[in-house]
Amino acid sequence: MVKLPTWADVILVPLISLLLAAIFSAIVLLAIGQSPMEAMKVMVEGAVGSPYAWGYTLYYATSFMFTGLAVTVAFHGSLFNIGGEGQAQLGGLGVALVCLSINWPHWALALPAAMIGAALFGAAWAAIPAYLQAKRGSHIVITTIMFNYIAAALMIHILVNVLRPAGQMDPASANFPEGTNLPTLHEIPGLSLIFTKQVPANVTFFIALICAYLVWVLLWRTRLGYEIRAFGKSEKAAAYAGISSFKIIMVAMLISGALSGLMAINNVMGESGRLLQNASEGAGFIGIAVALMGRNHPVGVILAAILFGFLFQGGAELGLWTSIPIELRTVVQGLVILFTGALDQMVRMMLGFVFRPSLAKGAA
Amino acid sequence: MDYDTLLQILGASIRFGTPLLLACLAGLYSERAGIFDIGLEGKMLMAAMCTGAVAAITGSVWIGLLAGIAGSLCFALVHGIASITFRGNQLISGVALNFVASGITVLIAQALFRQGGRTPPLSGDGRFNPITLPFADALSSVPLLGPFYAKVLSGHVILVYVAFLLVPLTWWVLYRTRFGLRLRAVGENPASVDTAGVSVVRLRFSAVIITGVLCGLAGAYMSAGLQAGFGREMTAGRGYIALAALIFAKWRPWAALGATMLFGFLQALALRPDVITRTVGFDVPVAALDALPYILTVIVLAGFVGRAIPPRAGGEPYVKER
Repeated sequence: MVKLPTWADVILVPLISLLLAAIFSAIVLLAIGQSPMEAMKVMVEGAVGSPYAWGYTLYYATSFMFTGLAVTVAFHGSLFNIGGEGQAQLGGLGVALVCLSINWPHWALALPAAMIGAALFGAAWAAIPAYLQAKRGSHIVITTIMFNYIAAALMIHILVNVLRPAGQMDPASANFPEGTNLPTLHEIPGLSLIFTKQVPANVTFFIALICAYLVWVLLWRTRLGYEIRAFGKSEKAAAYAGISSFKIIMVAMLISGALSGLMAINNVMGESGRLLQNASEGAGFIGIAVALMGRNHPVGVILAAILFGFLFQGGAELGLWTSIPIELRTVVQGLVILFTGALDQMVRMMLGFVFRPSLAKGAA
Repeated sequence: MDYDTLLQILGASIRFGTPLLLACLAGLYSERAGIFDIGLEGKMLMAAMCTGAVAAITGSVWIGLLAGIAGSLCFALVHGIASITFRGNQLISGVALNFVASGITVLIAQALFRQGGRTPPLSGDGRFNPITLPFADALSSVPLLGPFYAKVLSGHVILVYVAFLLVPLTWWVLYRTRFGLRLRAVGENPASVDTAGVSVVRLRFSAVIITGVLCGLAGAYMSAGLQAGFGREMTAGRGYIALAALIFAKWRPWAALGATMLFGFLQALALRPDVITRTVGFDVPVAALDALPYILTVIVLAGFVGRAIPPRAGGEPYVKER
C-alpha cells in the first residue's frame, strides 16, 4: 500500500471520511423521502446561523471536548475507554453531592469544589476496570461497557431512592442552590454583546479549552506523557525501558475517567442545575467519535467537538422544525464513526491510487 | 415462593433468555473466528424493526422473519467489510453500527408508518404464536413434572425451540465438523489456517454471516414473539447482555445456554420484586437485579471464577504478507 504524505493523512483522510458520511446521510434522507438540502439548511441555520444558535452548539461541544479528551488520553496508552458514558454519569453524581452539600455563597467557590467532585467520581468509576486490566488482564473494552450499564442501574437507584426530594415524581435530585449557577456566555461581560439572549453555553467552555491545553502539555511535554505514549506504542519496549505497565494503565485511565467526569460541570451544574436521569445523553460515546475524528490530538479534538456540537444541535433543530425525526443525528454520528474509525483504511487505499503517480514521478 | 410462582418465573426466564441465547450464539460464531462483535445490539434492533415492519405490511410473520434476517445481514456484511476486507478496528465498527441501527430503525419505522417510530401492533399470523407441546394437557396432572412440562417447557413460540436446538447444533458444528475446526483455528491462529491453504477471509466472512442470521432470529423474536411490534430501542441493551453471557460462558455453546438462561432468570425476577421480598425477607433494589448480569460478568472477567480467555487472534485483522 502506498504511504500517504503526512498532510494527506492528517487533513485529507478525515475530510474525505466526513464527506462519505455526509453522502450516505443524504442517501438515507432521500430514501425516507426528505430533502437533504432542506435538512442541511435547517441544520446550518439552527446550529451556526446566529450567536444564539452558537450558544447551543458550543454548549454541546464543551461536553464532547471533555469526553473526547478522555478517550484521547486513554488511547495514547493503547487503552480503549468505552466507559466515558458511565464515568460522566458518576461525575454528575459527584457534582450533585458537592452542590447540594452546603449553601454555596458564590459560583467561583462552588466551581472548583464541584470540579474536584466530578473528577474524583469519574476517576473512581474508571479505577476498577483499570485495575482489572492492569492486574488481571480483563479486557478494558468489555469491563468499561459493563460499568456503563452498572452505572445506569446505580444512578436510577440513587435518583429514585436517595436524592429525590420527598413529594417529587420525576427521578431527579433537588435543585442546586443559587450560588452554584455558573455564568453563561450571555452573562459574561464583553461576551454578552455577542450573546444577547440566554444560552446554555457557560464558563465551562473555557475550562474545556484549558483542559485541552493541559492534555497537550501532559502528553507531549511531560515525562508521564512520554511514558504513556511509549507504553501505547509498545508495551514490551516500555517495560524494557523500566516503565511500569501497572502505573501507566492506572494513571492513564484515572485521568481519562476524571476528564469524562468533568463533563458534568457543563451539563449538570451549568445547564440543568440539578441531577437528571441519563444526564450525559450519550456524550460519552460521542467522545469516541470526537477522538477518532480529531486524530487523538487536543487541537483536533476541539475542532471535532465543535463539529459534533453542530450535528447535535442541528439534529435537534431538525426534530423541532421539520418532519425528520431527531434520530437522524444518531445515524449521522454512527456514519461518521464508521467512516473515520473503521473504514479509514478504505479511504487511505482510495487516496493511495491518487497519490501513486505523483510519488512515482517524484522518485524518478 | 410456592411451586406455581416458581413455574411462572421459570417460564418467563425462558422467554427473556431466548433472545439472549440467540444473540449469544451469534456472537460465539463471530468471536470464535476472531472477529469481535460489539454490534450484536444493533443487528438485533435492525432485525426487530424489519420483522415488525414487514410482518405488519404483509401480515405474514414468516416473510417478516426473512426481512429481519436480511436487515441484520446487511449490518453484518458492513461489519465484515470494515473489519475483514479493510482491516479496520472491529470495536469501533461495532460501536458505529450500533449508533446507525439505533437511529435508522426509528427513521424507517417513522417514514413507513408515522406512528412515532413504532411499527403497528401485530396480531394473528403477523406474529409467532405459542406452540403447545404434545401431551402437555394430558401430563399436567403428573405431580411436579407435569406442571413443569406444561407451564415451563410448553407454550412458547417456535423460535424458542429453535434457539434451544441451536445449542447442540452449534456444539456439533464447532467440535465435530471440519468447518468448525477451521473456524476455531482461524480465531486462534489465522496464519496456520492460511498455511494449510484455507482462505481466512472466506472463513471469517462465513462466521460473520452466521452471526447476522442468528441476530436476525433474535431480533425477529423480540418484535414478533416476545412483543407484538417494534418500538424504539426495544432491545434495551440485550446485545450487550448477550456479549456478557458469551464471556461468562467462556465462548462455549452449552455454557452459553446456562449463562443466558441465568441472565433471563434475573430479568424475570426483576419484574417480580414482590416475590423476591417474600423469599429473602427484605427489599432488594430492582436496580441491583438489573446490574447483576454485568457485575457477574466483571467478576468472571477478573478471573475470580475460572479465567475467561478469549480467542487468541480476536480483534486483530489478519494481514497475509507480514
